[in-house]
Amino acid sequence: MSAVLSRRSFLQVSSTALGGLLVAAHWPAGALAQRGPAELGVFVRIEPDGRIVVGARGCEIGQGVKTSLPMLIAEELDVAWSQIEVEQLPYVVIPSDTPQGITSKYGPQGAGGSTSIPEGFEPLRQAGANARWLLVQAAAQQWGVAATELSTREGRVLHSDGRSLPYAELAAAAAQIDAPKALPALKKPADFRIIGKPARVADGRDIVTGRAPYGIDAHLPGALTAVIARCPYFDGGISHFDAAAARRVPGVRDVVVIPGPEVDKPLDRALAAGIAVIAEDMWSAQKGRDALKIEWREGPWASDSTDALAKRAHEAVSRPGIAARKDGDFENARAAAAKFVEAEYTQPFLAHATLEPMNALIDLKADRALLIAPIQQPGGASRLISAMTGIPRVNIDIRLVRSGGGFGRRLENDYVAEAVYVARAAKAPLKLMWTREDDMRNDFYRPFGVHALAATLDAQGTVTGWQHRVAATARKYRAAGMEEESDWIGCADPDGFPAGGVPNYACEFAPLEFGLARGWWRAPLPTFVAFSTQSFVDEVAAASGQDPLVLRLKLLGESRELDYRDHGGPKFHTGRMSAVLKRAAERIGWGRRLPRGSGLGLAAHFVFGGYTAHAMEVSVSAQGELHIKRCVCVTDVGVVVNPLGVDAQISGATIDGLSTAMNLEITVEKGRIVQSNFSDYPLLQMARAPDVEVEVLRTDFAPAGAGEMGIPTAAPALTNAIFAATGLRIRRLPIGDQLRRS
Amino acid sequence: MAVEFTINGQRASFSGDETMPLLWFLRDHARLTGTKFGCGIGACGACTVHIDGEAARSCLVPLAAVAGRRVTTIEGLAQGDSLHAVQRAWIEEDVPQCGYCQAGQIMAAVDLLKRKPNPGVDDINTIRNLCRCGTYPRIRKAILRAAALMKEETPR
Repeated sequence: MSAVLSRRSFLQVSSTALGGLLVAAHWPAGALAQRGPAELGVFVRIEPDGRIVVGARGCEIGQGVKTSLPMLIAEELDVAWSQIEVEQLPYVVIPSDTPQGITSKYGPQGAGGSTSIPEGFEPLRQAGANARWLLVQAAAQQWGVAATELSTREGRVLHSDGRSLPYAELAAAAAQIDAPKALPALKKPADFRIIGKPARVADGRDIVTGRAPYGIDAHLPGALTAVIARCPYFDGGISHFDAAAARRVPGVRDVVVIPGPEVDKPLDRALAAGIAVIAEDMWSAQKGRDALKIEWREGPWASDSTDALAKRAHEAVSRPGIAARKDGDFENARAAAAKFVEAEYTQPFLAHATLEPMNALIDLKADRALLIAPIQQPGGASRLISAMTGIPRVNIDIRLVRSGGGFGRRLENDYVAEAVYVARAAKAPLKLMWTREDDMRNDFYRPFGVHALAATLDAQGTVTGWQHRVAATARKYRAAGMEEESDWIGCADPDGFPAGGVPNYACEFAPLEFGLARGWWRAPLPTFVAFSTQSFVDEVAAASGQDPLVLRLKLLGESRELDYRDHGGPKFHTGRMSAVLKRAAERIGWGRRLPRGSGLGLAAHFVFGGYTAHAMEVSVSAQGELHIKRCVCVTDVGVVVNPLGVDAQISGATIDGLSTAMNLEITVEKGRIVQSNFSDYPLLQMARAPDVEVEVLRTDFAPAGAGEMGIPTAAPALTNAIFAATGLRIRRLPIGDQLRRS
Repeated sequence: MAVEFTINGQRASFSGDETMPLLWFLRDHARLTGTKFGCGIGACGACTVHIDGEAARSCLVPLAAVAGRRVTTIEGLAQGDSLHAVQRAWIEEDVPQCGYCQAGQIMAAVDLLKRKPNPGVDDINTIRNLCRCGTYPRIRKAILRAAALMKEETPR
C-alpha cells in the first residue's frame, strides 16, 4: 500500500483497506505537554509512569480474547508480553463518513462464529506496528538519525551503535508525530515472539481473588434491582394479575408490566410477557415476585410438546424437503445399489445454561444511556436501545465486562430490551436480574431436529449415493427479515462432509414450527449435524464390513479444496480433515484389539475454518456403566496465537460436548419448558469429566478461532466408541439411561 | 434484633429480613461480589464460601444461621498481597476460562485440602461444583499443585 495519507486519515484509511478496522481516531494535542498518557492509536497507551497499556476490544465470554487479541497488538508493538497491562475497551460508536454515519471506534467487538481471531489477526497486528513505527520515528528525531538505522526489542528502540531508549521515554514525542505515508510492514511469522507462545489468562489474578468484574457484579449509585415473572407459555400473555401483596413486601418499589412478543411477529425484544418487580435488592425483588398473583393466558402452543414435535419431525423426513444441494441423482443410485443403509438420528433442544444468568444494568437518561451487561453483540445491544428509546447511538455507552460464559446465548439481547422497559418505569439506574429458573426457561434454544440419512453402495463397497434430510425449527422462524432460502442455515450442511466425495448426493431440509425461540448454540451447525453424519459413516462402514477410519478417508478422497458456502468457508480442505483424523487414530491406537465391553470411536468435522477429530476409548460394564478411558482431540486451527488458550478451548469444549451428549435436553409439555435448574439439567460434574489429550497440529494456514472447534465431534466419537464396545447404536441424544441394563 | 457475624475478619451486622440468604447479603449489601450466583438451589457451588472455616453454599444459608459465626469469602482468602497456595496454583495451571465459577471452585478446593492435605484424584473428584466451560482437568491439576505448594510452606 502506498497511498499518501494525511495524518488525520491515515489509520482510518488503513482500517478500510484491512476490512473495517478503525485503528486510530485522534491524538489529543497538548495532552502530552501536561504529561498525560500518550495515545499511540486507539489500542496502545503509554502512561507517564511508563506502563504500557494495550486495549482488549472483544467480549470476553471465556473464549480467551482478552488475552489473545492484545497478544496480536503486543507482538507488533514489539514488547515482551510481561511488559504490558491489558485493559478492557468499551463499545464506542463514533460519527463517520460511512453510509450509516457512524462506525465502531475499535472495529468488530462481537463474539460469535469464532471470528475474533480471524478478523483481528491482521488489523490488530497493524495497530501494534503503527504504534511501534511512531516510537521509532520519535527516537530517530531525538537522535538525529535515520529511522532505518533503528530497530526495536522488548519495549526499547535500539540504534545499531548500541544506544537505546525505552518506549516510555519516547511516548510523548511519538504521540505528536505525523502518521506514515504507507502502512508499516508487519513481522514475518518466523520473527514472532508472542504469537504462538503460551500466555496465561490476562485476568488470572483478578479472577482467583474475586476481583474480576462480571456484568452481574456491576453497580451504579442509586440503582434498583428487578426480577420478572414471565409467562411460561410461548406466545401466551397475562390474563389477570394482582400485585397488592407484592407491593407490600418491604423493599419493593414498583411493579411494571412487560410487553411480550406478538404472535407470529419477530422475537426481537422481550421473549415473553411478564410482570417486573422493582426493589431495593435482589432478595426483596424475589420475594415481591413470589407474592404476585398472576393468571396467564396460555396462547396458541399450550397443547404442544416435544413428543408431538418429534412425531412431526419423523413424518417430515419421510418426504422430500427443500433441496439445499443436489449432485447427480440419489434415487437412481438407490435403484442401482448393491446395498442400501439408512438411519434416523434425533437431537434435542438445548439450553445454553451459562453459569452467569442473564442480567443487565442500565442507566437511561433523556438523551444518553449507559449499559453494563454480559453480552456478545454490543452492536446489537446499541441498536436495540436506540430503537427502543430514540437515543442516538453515539450517546449510548456500553461498558464491556467479562461474561460468565456465552455459548451463543448472549448473541440475543432480549434481556437488554427487558431492562430498558423496566428502567423507563424505575426512573433510576436499573439492574435486571434473572434467576437460574428464568434462564433455563427463557432461552433461545439449540433447535430440536431429526436427521434421516441414507447411503447406497456398489458391490465393491464404494459409496455411490448419500442423502441427508433434516427436519428442524427453521432459522427464519420468528426472526426479522429472513428469506425462505436461508431457512436451513444452522440446521442443514449442504456442503459438509461427505458432499463432493459422493457422486449422487442430496441434502434436504424440512422446516418445523414450534413455540420455542431458536437460537445459536456453540458451533451451531457443526454440533447439530456432526452427530448424525459421523455416526452414520460408522453405520455404513459396519453394514459394508469396512473400517470406519478407512471409509472416512476414502470419502474424503485426495487432498483438495472443495467449495463450502456456509460459515467457515469458502473452502473445505479434505487433506486437512484427513490429517487430523489420521493423527487422532494414531494417538488412540486405532485397530487395537480390545476386550469385550471396550471400544474405540472416531469422528472428524470441519468447524468454522478449522478441523477437529476426536478419538475415544470407552468401556461399558454389564450394567451399562459408561467409562471414558481416554479422550484424544486433534485439531488444525491454522496459525496458533495462544497455545494455552487453544488447548483450554479444545479441552473445555470436548467436556461441554460430552456433558451435553450424556445428559442434557430441554423438553416441553403442554406448551411449557419442563426443566428448571441444574437439578434437572445436570451439567457434567468433575468426577465424570475425562482428561482430554489435546494435540494442535502446527500448520501455517490462516488462523481460525478455536472456541467452538472442540465440541461437534465429541458426541459422535463417544457414541461410535460405545457401538464398538457394545454393538449398541445410540441414535438419540442425550444418551441418558439408554445404556442401562436391568 | 440485628444478626451479627464477621466477614473476612470484619464485623458485619444486618437488621432486616433474616431469611435472606447469605449470598445476597454478601453481594447486595456488603458489595463483596466475588461470591457468585449460579443456581440458588445449592447445585452449582458458584456461591461457595467458608463458615467457621468449612465450605458452605451461601445461597442456601439464611442470615439467621450465620449469627456469631465467621464467614470467609474469596476476597478474604489472600493475606494482603500474598495469595493463598490454591490461588497461586490456579494461576500457574491457568485454570480459568470464563472464570465465573472459579471463586467457588477455589473455596471448595481450600476446604478439601484442609481435610485431605494429600488428596488423590478420587478425593478431588468429590468436589461437585459445576464448571460450564469444562476446566475440570486443570482444576484437578491445580489442586494437586496446591497440595504440593502447601507442603513446602508448612514448617516441619
